[in-house]
Amino acid sequence: MTARYIGFFAALFVLIIGVSMMMGAAFTVRLMVEAFAYALIAMGLNIQWGFGGLFNFGILGMLMVGGFAVTFISFPVNFDFWNSAAPLYMGRTLLAAAIGAVIIVLAHRVQRLGVTGKWRGAVIVVAWFAAYIIFRSQMDPTAEYITSTSGWIGGLGLPVLLGWAFGGVLAGLVGYLVGKVSLGLRADYLAIATIGIAEILRAVIKNLEWLTRGTLTVSPIPWPVPYPTDFQDAGADTTMSFVLARGSFLIIVVAVVAVALFVIHRAYLGPWGRMMRAIRDNHIAAGSMGKDVKGRQLEIFVFGSVLMGIGGAILVSFVGIFDPSSYQPINHTFLIWVMLIVGGAGNNFGALFGGIFIYIVWILSAPLAQALFSSLSGWSESMGWGAIPEIASRAVQMRVFVMGLIVTIALRFAPRGLLPEHIRHKE
Amino acid sequence: MNELIFFFNQAMIGGVVLGSIYALGAVGVTLIFGILRFAHFAHGDMMTMGGFVSFLLAGVFASSGLVLPLPAGFIVVPVAMAVTAALALGIDKGFYAPLRARGAKPVTLLIASIGVTMMIQGLIRLFFGTGTRSFFSSEPKNIFRIDLPIEGVTRPINVTEPQLLLVASTAVAVIALHYFLTRSRLGKGMRAMADNPDLAKVSGINTKLVVRVTWVIAGGLACLAGTMLALDVSLKPDLAFNIVLPIFAAAILGGLGHAYGAIAGGFVLGFAETLAVFNWSVLLRPFRDILWFEIPRSLTLVQSEYKLTVAFVILVVVLLVRPTGIFKGAST
Repeated sequence: MTARYIGFFAALFVLIIGVSMMMGAAFTVRLMVEAFAYALIAMGLNIQWGFGGLFNFGILGMLMVGGFAVTFISFPVNFDFWNSAAPLYMGRTLLAAAIGAVIIVLAHRVQRLGVTGKWRGAVIVVAWFAAYIIFRSQMDPTAEYITSTSGWIGGLGLPVLLGWAFGGVLAGLVGYLVGKVSLGLRADYLAIATIGIAEILRAVIKNLEWLTRGTLTVSPIPWPVPYPTDFQDAGADTTMSFVLARGSFLIIVVAVVAVALFVIHRAYLGPWGRMMRAIRDNHIAAGSMGKDVKGRQLEIFVFGSVLMGIGGAILVSFVGIFDPSSYQPINHTFLIWVMLIVGGAGNNFGALFGGIFIYIVWILSAPLAQALFSSLSGWSESMGWGAIPEIASRAVQMRVFVMGLIVTIALRFAPRGLLPEHIRHKE
Repeated sequence: MNELIFFFNQAMIGGVVLGSIYALGAVGVTLIFGILRFAHFAHGDMMTMGGFVSFLLAGVFASSGLVLPLPAGFIVVPVAMAVTAALALGIDKGFYAPLRARGAKPVTLLIASIGVTMMIQGLIRLFFGTGTRSFFSSEPKNIFRIDLPIEGVTRPINVTEPQLLLVASTAVAVIALHYFLTRSRLGKGMRAMADNPDLAKVSGINTKLVVRVTWVIAGGLACLAGTMLALDVSLKPDLAFNIVLPIFAAAILGGLGHAYGAIAGGFVLGFAETLAVFNWSVLLRPFRDILWFEIPRSLTLVQSEYKLTVAFVILVVVLLVRPTGIFKGAST
């Protein structure tokens, strides 16, 4: 088993060295920062699917929440917003939301007045509708006022690392709500429910222009480390400054990943991990042994969401732009699943390996496909059949196909992944 | 009256059109779930694939020089359905059948269908690019304006030719499916297998044939839905990927595995979406003199940006409140 680990990680290391020789150091460092962020997200999914057997197709939503969180915390303060009447309007909106919440809670308790059965259902529906109307009546003018006077509410201007942490907290909170409502469902229903909730989140974040600037996008989002320009001012040349700046970013990300890996691997090996595996493999038996199945599953779902939120926050702050319309299910949900399936569900090192390896394949399949198409096009031209048109834009699409092919092949020939889950049994 | 016609044009026709698309897709999803017991996520891309097959065939047809009163995209649909059904069989043989033979869990098949989704998406974009195409680049899209013979009505009812064809072909497909499922031996076998696969097998039903027929029906209907959707709007690589979730919502709403439920669920969702974004103040305007409040400029239940979200909210609520669907669906 150990030889397999060493072999795969050594091969990965050689691959990274090869990439840096081909594509240059600055590119490779950038690639590694993103690959480690994706590995963190894959580890989050590993907690949910590998440890707990919970199907989450809503990863995209968690990444967006994390990205929004770091934008909100670390972007400079928008004084136009705070100096206008907008905070007052916001207060009124919050009050309306609170009134709506009280109405809903009261409606759910209406059976105390002797209203039960169908009538209670009707009262609850009417209460939700009334609460929605009250909220919308305050929210709509507020949103219009903010977008017309100050654009959006801006950030808080706090440190970036705090933003990452807040990304984890916020994603965990969202994960708690998602898990609370949907964890009772069977695997395939859970998949559809989570993807539905993620799409709702995506639509909301994309369209709340007053809060997230929506399609207008927010940039530049600050870095936790000096920028390349700072290194250039200190005398480094252009390439070197990018390597240094991205390198220091990489160190922080690797540190975060290392801490997360250490913590979750300790948890996995400990009694907590054994309990989670028991729940995953047979939740009825685990329940009869006195384990709180639903509570534990919720716990796993929240833990996984926290890692996903942090990963999403890292990605957004590294790229420096929060663009809600750039989030796509293929790039931000299915890709993570490919990483975990190929790496090995249930194995933390498998998730780490899969995350980094698949991200490199994902990024490199575009230039490789371009090279392939160029040579094919040259060949077909020499045969007199004419060149392939629009090679550049077609080559980018190749990676989606490659990912699909990889995951179907992996499911068929290595269903437990390259680094399968290995459970140590004490004799 | 004019306002009512506006309501009819906007909400009713829109609802029927959207509902037909959802229903056609949801029937395929629900049949696959009933027979093979997994959520086939690649169904949306099968629809897109069908649309592109029709597009290619329509190009061939147009170059043959024949001119018929119907759009070329619609004429070639039967052939395209056969091609897509064959492709669906091939996809099953290549990617799902080996996993089923190994006895993989439904969840594994679900992940495999994600892989198939990505492959179809990648291939379509590789060959056709990411741009938008139209079936009506060489021929006009007929729009029928029906003037009502009522006093004081100036606004006509607007229907486009593809919309009429869509509704008609959905009706034909649904009726044909109904007769297939209830009258033919194979259709009865399908229902039996959806109810209890083991019992169906021991009573002599050819389950392998049933699986193949399921893919043929699902692929054919997906092609029909994809082509009609592309005729109604336009053809692009993410044409149906964006509506695969509403389709699942429709199938779940009707109870997964329940073919009639899926049709009903499709129409319920179609109307729910169009009614939720309809501007109700238009209907209130005639009463502006007797109403005590001022009618707002726009009075919609949700803003139109959130149109697709309506389906997801309904989906989540149904999953939570009644996961078996509104018709208590067990199976067809």
